[in-house]
Amino acid sequence: MEALSGIDLVVREGDFFALLGPNGAGKTTAIGIVTSLVNKTSGTVSVFGHDIDKEGEAAKACIGVVPQEVNLNMFEKNENILINQAGYYGVPRAVAKQRAEKYLKAVHLWDRRDDIARNLSGGMKRRLMIARALVHEPRLLILDEPTAGVDIEIRRSMWELMREINGIGMTIILTTHYLEEAESLCRNIAIIDEGKLIENDSMENVVSKLQREVFVLTLRDAMQQPPVLDGYEVRLRNNHEIEVEVAKEQGLNGLFEAISNKSLHVSSMRTRSNRLEELFMRLVKNKNQNVRTPRQSKIADLGDTDREGSS
Amino acid sequence: MNKNSKSPDLVRINLVGLRTIVTKEIRRVMRIWVQTIVPPAITMTLYFIIFGSLIGSRIGEMGGVPYTTFIAPGLIMMSVITNSFGNVVSSFFSGKMQQHLEELLVSPLAFTTIIIGYVSGGVARGLGVAALVTVVASFFTDLSIAYPLITISVVILTSIVFSLAGLLNAIFANSFDDISIIPTFFLTPLTYLGGVFFSVSLLPPFWQKIALINPILYMVNAFRYGMLGYSDIPLGTAFVIILVSVFGLFGLTLFLFRRGIGIRT
Repeated sequence: MEALSGIDLVVREGDFFALLGPNGAGKTTAIGIVTSLVNKTSGTVSVFGHDIDKEGEAAKACIGVVPQEVNLNMFEKNENILINQAGYYGVPRAVAKQRAEKYLKAVHLWDRRDDIARNLSGGMKRRLMIARALVHEPRLLILDEPTAGVDIEIRRSMWELMREINGIGMTIILTTHYLEEAESLCRNIAIIDEGKLIENDSMENVVSKLQREVFVLTLRDAMQQPPVLDGYEVRLRNNHEIEVEVAKEQGLNGLFEAISNKSLHVSSMRTRSNRLEELFMRLVKNKNQNVRTPRQSKIADLGDTDREGSS
Repeated sequence: MNKNSKSPDLVRINLVGLRTIVTKEIRRVMRIWVQTIVPPAITMTLYFIIFGSLIGSRIGEMGGVPYTTFIAPGLIMMSVITNSFGNVVSSFFSGKMQQHLEELLVSPLAFTTIIIGYVSGGVARGLGVAALVTVVASFFTDLSIAYPLITISVVILTSIVFSLAGLLNAIFANSFDDISIIPTFFLTPLTYLGGVFFSVSLLPPFWQKIALINPILYMVNAFRYGMLGYSDIPLGTAFVIILVSVFGLFGLTLFLFRRGIGIRT
């Protein structure tokens, strides 16, 4: 079975790059090939100019990886896990100890340094894996679902850490199911599905390709029927909430005017779902409906293919 | 991404990495000493009490020495074989099952370094237990070493052979049952039939020829020669078989690592 086919990607040094796709799309396989955990049947992969087939060790020396599955030595002390990992990359023990302290503190696990990995919660294990991937200070950090199962507060602090390390020049490739995370952190994005590349552009360009956005308005007064707002499609979510679909060219001023004309009192307003999530769902759904159409035409048609979107 | 800085110093990385793996393995043995050090000491003490003192006193001499003295080198080798094998098979398989073996597989360490690291851990435990069993044996019989160089080289090489065998077992194993099959059905019978408790000259001629197929017979006898100056088989043949085993198993293990068989998708 062919897990990946014709993936041609370039990640520039210093980039914060999102690799997205539904479950089973081939993201982890792609990462496995780059990190040499998966044997590829054809093609070439180069990391900072090192071909993984010809200079595998040199390529691997540049990479730090946080895998999707927890792969810690459950019976080893957390501090030793980091010290050992640094040793595998040639970091002398004395330096490794300093680095272990630095990165355990960065992921808020320093006070658990003498504990064994088995005793950590799921979120703590993920943070420990991030610290482990950073301890040899790689040039390329690959994060495969790094914040899965991590609570919101810690996730935000991890985002700050990722921004910080990207800010000092470390290239980061991120796969995540939290599309808000990708949109917030990454500058460039590739979307793969069923082993094929279906999008590869800057985050700005990709998001701008979204033709429509759905806003949820909370109304002060209850209503039984959706109000008629000229030029806008309106649906009733419940007695106090309506959804309004706004095309990119319409803008919001007209919407505000239509709301005022109807004397509606709006208490709050929010987008129905993350913009990237909206686009992602449409891309994947569109691909399934239109098997193998040129990428540009698919993007151009997005606004007309799925008015329901996702929530 | 461009190769815009100098290539990493792979020699330094491998040296530090090797030291790290060996330290990690020795720490593991020490951390679970109740499982790794105590059982062989107790088992061998029982062997010396039952086969040495109780039964051995009625057997008399074998190979020109008291029976307790005769079995001492065999029991030391039995400890080396089982502990070297057991250390590597359990450590490597546990890394494979918990997936933390990936820490090493994604690292820049050469496969040779990873193999030598795990084998060194097995040898360290094998030699450590051998020293302990030697101390136990000294309570039951007067031990002397006739040829120290032969004794040391045989025990180290045998430990390497069975550490590599343990690594191979772990590579092919997919469940905890798989790591107990080889020790139960192959290692223990071959060790017991490998001249630990008897001289092969006691066997009928046909069974003597069959016994020569068993590689452990050569290792036990070479070690016994080093300690007591007595062996059932020529020393040169024993060394050839041990060295062929070392290089053959190492080559096979390296081949499997390179192909990713049993360790990568």
